[in-house]
Amino acid sequence: MTDQFHRLLMRVQKPARYVGGEYNQIIKDKTDVDVRVAFCFPDTYEIGMSNIGMRILYGVMNEMPGVWCERVFAPWGDMEDEMRAHDLPLWALESHDAVKDFDLVAFTLGYEMCYSNVLNMLELAQIPLLAKERDGLENIVFAGGVCAVNSEPLADFIDFFSIGEGEESTPEIIECYRAAKKKGLTKQEFLHEVAKIEGVYVPSLYTHTYYEDGTLAAITPEPGAPERVKKRIVQDLNTAYFPTKTIVPSTQIVHDRSNLEIFRGCIRGCRFCQAGFCYRPIRAKSADVLCKQAIESLEDSGNSEITLASLSTSDYRELEALADGLLEYCEPRKINLSLPSLRADNFSRELMMRIQKVRKSGLTFAPEAGTQRLRDAINKNVTEEEILSTCATAFSGGWNSVKLYFMLGLPTETDEDVVGIAELVYKILQVWRENGSGKKRGLSINLATAYFVPKPFTPFQWAAQITPEEYLRRVHLLQANLHAKCVDYRYHESDLSRLESVMARGDRRVGQALLEAHRLGCRLDGWDEYFDYEKWLEAFRRAGIDPDFYTTRGFAADELLPWQTIDVGVTTKFLLHEREKALRSESTPDCRTHCNGCGARMLSERRLCDESPAV
Amino acid sequence: MNRLLFEKTGDAVWLSHLDLMRVFQRAFKRADIMIWHSQGFSPRAYVSIALPLPVGSESGCEILDFEIQDGSVDLAKLPALLNRTMPAGIRVLEAYESAVKIKHLTRLRAQITLEYDRGIPEQAGRAIAELFSGGPVLVKKRTKSGGEAELDLKPMIFSLSLREASAQELELTALVSAQNPSCNPQLLVNAIETHLPEQKPDFARIKRLEIYDEQGNPFR
Ligand code: SF4
Repeated sequence: MTDQFHRLLMRVQKPARYVGGEYNQIIKDKTDVDVRVAFCFPDTYEIGMSNIGMRILYGVMNEMPGVWCERVFAPWGDMEDEMRAHDLPLWALESHDAVKDFDLVAFTLGYEMCYSNVLNMLELAQIPLLAKERDGLENIVFAGGVCAVNSEPLADFIDFFSIGEGEESTPEIIECYRAAKKKGLTKQEFLHEVAKIEGVYVPSLYTHTYYEDGTLAAITPEPGAPERVKKRIVQDLNTAYFPTKTIVPSTQIVHDRSNLEIFRGCIRGCRFCQAGFCYRPIRAKSADVLCKQAIESLEDSGNSEITLASLSTSDYRELEALADGLLEYCEPRKINLSLPSLRADNFSRELMMRIQKVRKSGLTFAPEAGTQRLRDAINKNVTEEEILSTCATAFSGGWNSVKLYFMLGLPTETDEDVVGIAELVYKILQVWRENGSGKKRGLSINLATAYFVPKPFTPFQWAAQITPEEYLRRVHLLQANLHAKCVDYRYHESDLSRLESVMARGDRRVGQALLEAHRLGCRLDGWDEYFDYEKWLEAFRRAGIDPDFYTTRGFAADELLPWQTIDVGVTTKFLLHEREKALRSESTPDCRTHCNGCGARMLSERRLCDESPAV
Repeated sequence: MNRLLFEKTGDAVWLSHLDLMRVFQRAFKRADIMIWHSQGFSPRAYVSIALPLPVGSESGCEILDFEIQDGSVDLAKLPALLNRTMPAGIRVLEAYESAVKIKHLTRLRAQITLEYDRGIPEQAGRAIAELFSGGPVLVKKRTKSGGEAELDLKPMIFSLSLREASAQELELTALVSAQNPSCNPQLLVNAIETHLPEQKPDFARIKRLEIYDEQGNPFR
């Protein structure tokens, strides 16, 4: 007879994403395993399987003898309904065993709007949501990922956070857990032990108190807990663990290709970019190692596309050697090489033309701001001249579409900056008229604007977000100034960005709103089909929380910040200095011109950053 | 034309037709076999799988055609080579050259297991046998334009047998038309649900057992 699970699968969309069984999934003999980890990605399979960090850590954990790490994803709504109707607890893909039977439950937090999924997945797993309601060593819940740098909104639900890169700290955490299990420690004793590992933040060991006006008054660590938790990094990417044999999804995912990370960190220092500061210091992988890993990954997976990931591909020193090496392998095999995040400089232009032979992908720019003045203020180092000359080359080479990304609401933005976006679009159109080939088809410009969300550990971490009304006014101002028919303008809805802003800079009290939102049924907030802003507003009301406190209020420069316990390596002094320069519309040279003393190189054992001793 | 005979069982039954093509495209690449690519903007390795199997059904007799682009391939060794890197539930049984066109694949035999959680209803066997041995067996079918049409299954069913596989499982084995017109075995279950609501099973499991040509020989 067919079991319940099989019968449910018959009724849901895309059942393949719920069963595992892909080539390269790891199956272990349970009798050889003493620590089982349910590695949860708080979004769908299609998104989660595209995540490079998850692939790395899946490999890291499964390399450990006696440890079996399996994958868990958020079910789509139809499956969730079936699970609730038939009391089927959330399962892991490899063994199909219930997540509640696992020792450790790990989450990776890539973006703030996945928080409701974390709660929903815990509930679907039939695990108590609140950390304090889970007593034993079973179902210890921890989380990492870029959002962990301000994890306060999740502090009530997660037992501990792993800050920074997990290649080295994750095995230490698992060994610590294994020892605790062997010694029969209580959960409290284990949390004190695990807090001794560098990069581990146990929120329950810190008490947050507030002033009457709602701002944070003090953060008091329990005896034994570190004053500050320093982010972990991998010292040498060339020797760091990297899996070239990874799961090949049988069903289509979002980024359906091999993925190689060429360097971590960024030399640019765009002032709005959290990743740019949080992934410092700058460390690159050598072209030799990358070529070897690329070929191994492609041969093992059979993928027909590979992408080189980084925050700014053009800044990779050995890009030419790498591209040559890869193209030599890829071209005869009809494998696409995709290079996102290329800058608009000369070399990239040539390179772009070369990869065009393999695949003609769109031309994409993210100037972020419409005028040079504002681009200086946010330290976005791209000039109008670069954009226009890249367009000219591309248009004469046959390209006929451009994607442009901007943000509205950046600190110091004026109407002139908003209108500047329309002017830049117009200039691109002029360039098309002069250089476009194949004019019959015409040019298409896709223009998108996002609503700026200030993020922790950036020079704008104190900044006030503009109100949704003001954001929409600027959207309409821009719209009114766009005349050409070939421009397809889309802007982000303000609701999601406002919530993202609350979560990004939220404190512990925001956790209550998260809980209320979960009770009201919020989940899959990153999906239009499910996002329900009204429910979120109701949740804030019920929790007695004013979202504006975290968004439009802004934080004072001398205010104690909820994320102050975390140390990502970049000093507050540096961030403040950068903020002042932003207010003066003054740019900062990139880290290759000279080290600006952000502090991140102190995380490196040899005090090195970007391969050369920083001064 | 190079042809593979493969089976799709276990959790692989959840793979869609499109998924399955991806799986094979990648499996060929992994085996370092360069198969013929479609031309155009983003060339794709070209594989063709006959008679898309409905998601959820098992099969022991799936057919995939492919063409080699460069070099040659040792067909005798190919099944083992591909099976080394297949997802669970997909297994290549044979690889061979064939000149027989897919249009000659005209019939298929399917096993439909009707599951009754509270035991097979007393009348079920007889009623079902009667349903399919009498006059027209009409079912509703969704048309391509989104509407509904009545379809008579009778002329598409060539033979049918019934067996009690257990106290809760009634096993229906049917030889049906595979193409022009094609008869999805699920339609037989729909017919039972429509005409014999009392005998409606709690679940029906479907397995494609064998495919045949016009002469009644297994199609290869
Ligand atoms: S340490 Fe210096 S070179 Fe390194 S990221 Fe910071 S400012 Fe740039």
